[in-house]
Amino acid sequence: MAASKTCLAASLKLPFAFVLGVAVATGTARAEELQDASRLLKAGQHQQALDHVNKALAAKPRDPQARFLKGLILTEKGNTREALEIFQKLTQDYPELPEPYNNLAVIYASQGQYDKARGSLEQSIRTHPSYATAYENLGDVYAKLASQAYDKALQLDSSNAGAQNKLALVRDLVGVAPRASAPVAVATANPAAAGAVKPSPGAPVEAKPVAQKLAEDAKPEPEPAATQVAVAKPAMDKPTEKPAASPASEVLAAVDAWAKAWSARDAGAYLAHYARDFMVPGGESREAWARLRRERVTGPKTISVSISKPKVNVESVTRATITFHQEYESDRFSGSSNKTLEMVKADGRWLIRQERVSN
Amino acid sequence: MRTAGSVMWSLLALALSLACLAPAVAREDAAVSPEQGLARVLEAIGGNQVDLALQRVEGLLKANPNFRLAHLIRGDLLLARARPLEMFGNVAKTVPRDRVEDLRAEALARLQAYRQRPGAELVPRFVMQLQAEQKYVFVVDSRRSRMYVFENDAGRPRLASDFYVTLGKRGIEKTREGDQKTPIGVYHVTADLPRQKLTDFYGAGAYPINYPNEWDKHLGRNGYGIWLHGVPSDTYSRPPRASDGCIVLANADLNTVARYVQVGRTPVIIADEIEWSDRVTQEADRDSLAKAIDAWRSDWESRDTDRYLAHYAPRFHSPDQDLHAWSARKRKLNAAKSWIKVGISDVSMFRYPRERDFVVVSFEQDYRSSTLSNVMRKRQYWNKEGGRWKIIYEGAG
Repeated sequence: MAASKTCLAASLKLPFAFVLGVAVATGTARAEELQDASRLLKAGQHQQALDHVNKALAAKPRDPQARFLKGLILTEKGNTREALEIFQKLTQDYPELPEPYNNLAVIYASQGQYDKARGSLEQSIRTHPSYATAYENLGDVYAKLASQAYDKALQLDSSNAGAQNKLALVRDLVGVAPRASAPVAVATANPAAAGAVKPSPGAPVEAKPVAQKLAEDAKPEPEPAATQVAVAKPAMDKPTEKPAASPASEVLAAVDAWAKAWSARDAGAYLAHYARDFMVPGGESREAWARLRRERVTGPKTISVSISKPKVNVESVTRATITFHQEYESDRFSGSSNKTLEMVKADGRWLIRQERVSN
Repeated sequence: MRTAGSVMWSLLALALSLACLAPAVAREDAAVSPEQGLARVLEAIGGNQVDLALQRVEGLLKANPNFRLAHLIRGDLLLARARPLEMFGNVAKTVPRDRVEDLRAEALARLQAYRQRPGAELVPRFVMQLQAEQKYVFVVDSRRSRMYVFENDAGRPRLASDFYVTLGKRGIEKTREGDQKTPIGVYHVTADLPRQKLTDFYGAGAYPINYPNEWDKHLGRNGYGIWLHGVPSDTYSRPPRASDGCIVLANADLNTVARYVQVGRTPVIIADEIEWSDRVTQEADRDSLAKAIDAWRSDWESRDTDRYLAHYAPRFHSPDQDLHAWSARKRKLNAAKSWIKVGISDVSMFRYPRERDFVVVSFEQDYRSSTLSNVMRKRQYWNKEGGRWKIIYEGAG
């Protein structure tokens, strides 16, 4: 059987070659209808092609050739749901025919259902172990499945690249022709395919957009955001904070930064967390308090302040209280306490208005 | 497909061959650890049984859908049917290669640990003695990216289970805040932070440890917030070197570990590599130190301060005193007493990684004297110097 390749670019967006067989007919009126339908399909006149096929089917509803052609026409028309049904039914009625499996796979692949496509193609090959088109298609499906697996492995998102599919639809129901000639014809069409899986000629073309997409989507591993840091924090281990989402998480972030500044023995940054009207404990002057704090913060060689079990109570957009458990450790002293901070928001920053310790 | 060719399979196998192949594999249906699962996949690849390999890797993924390493191997197995493989992880060239390398490193770490699982007759040299109350001890082997859990079997460690762990991006021996390293030393779990208090990033839960400990502080090491914790819900495991210093376990593993943790008690020893010892050597080691500790105790009771102070090394320090100040105070205190009784119980001894004959000892001290009595938990660091065990640190435990 002669097989030729042509391009079916229109509705299915299959920019790659597929096998166009000459319809095998037996000289009846029905055969003529089918030949007409085939011609019309080739000319892109889908509706007229469909009319002819339906006429043939009216005469002989179970005819595989006519059903196959109808499936093809519907596929090209973009009526995939109906086409899928026709090819599915054909695989049930004629499980020994490889072509319906192949075309079923093409539709599955176009829907991104590569596991199903793989199953159908494997069926197709099982019925005809030397079926070249199915091998080529299967190679492409495997590459696609591999790419999906890699996406999962490396947490990439190349799903858009999957929209393109390039599997070859089979135009001819070879299995209906005298059985003996089929494998020979296929072998002629693609001798290499008989024994080996070969990369499809289309592969490199497609590889590029996929690769670009992969590159675009290659993001660094996600790190916890600021709000997460504040809930409970291995403080040293965090990247810079992102803008907080809610007042509560803003307060948490502010207190987290306060503890960090303290741990870093950065007195300037530490004191900057206190509001202008901070209620200085023991009625000291603000200056005396700040001087003492500066000594305490910069005096030790090491300080680590860690905070856990924070509870935020947001009273208004500018007022909140936060209680937490504080672990303080320096080279001189270590102790833990429960703290309550009264926070006020001024100039977009949450500042400490009062600091209370309760044990 | 048989025709995909053995060349590419051997390529894939080669990529992992440093660690494979694992010893003979168990029955197909038995529940398998990720390491066993991986070993089986590689075994199938090695035997050119590609369908079986694919089937096995898919089984592994069914149990752990977010196991990225398994996805990568599955990708290779599938792609090999479409075109020849070039390397482990045949992802498009534009994908940063180090991400593939991370997974390759994970594969090697897991397989190596699986192949080199220690025999039951060996004990970790670090764990000389456990307190009766310490039911388990965790020992992290950073070279194998593995945490071994030992059960307290009448004071002696017995291997209970082991887990793949992720450690600091820049390796181990933390010294500075933000250095993204995991500390080396003897620590313990200080808290239990339940899942509800944490964000998804920490997964199933978190257990902070007491880095920096007394010794770290003495050496001027800083930083804090070293935790054992889980992984985000969309992740099965992270690469071997990926945390900011924390010890990260798969969530399922963290849940298992949760059953072993006793807050304030469970020791966490982090080392370059576990050193193994046999029981006889280990017990001889322990007895030699136990003898020294008892001599220190009875010399204290004797109120002969010179004999007592002879147990302290010249470089000794307490949280607030050096040997000079310590000696002066002890002389003064002992002179004022007509009798002293010291009882020691519930002793633990952990050899310090990277140090030579350096042991963290902790015990319950029942001190009674003519003027003062108190019971406290004490921690001492003992070091063998010139063939004699000496105390180089002493403080509350």
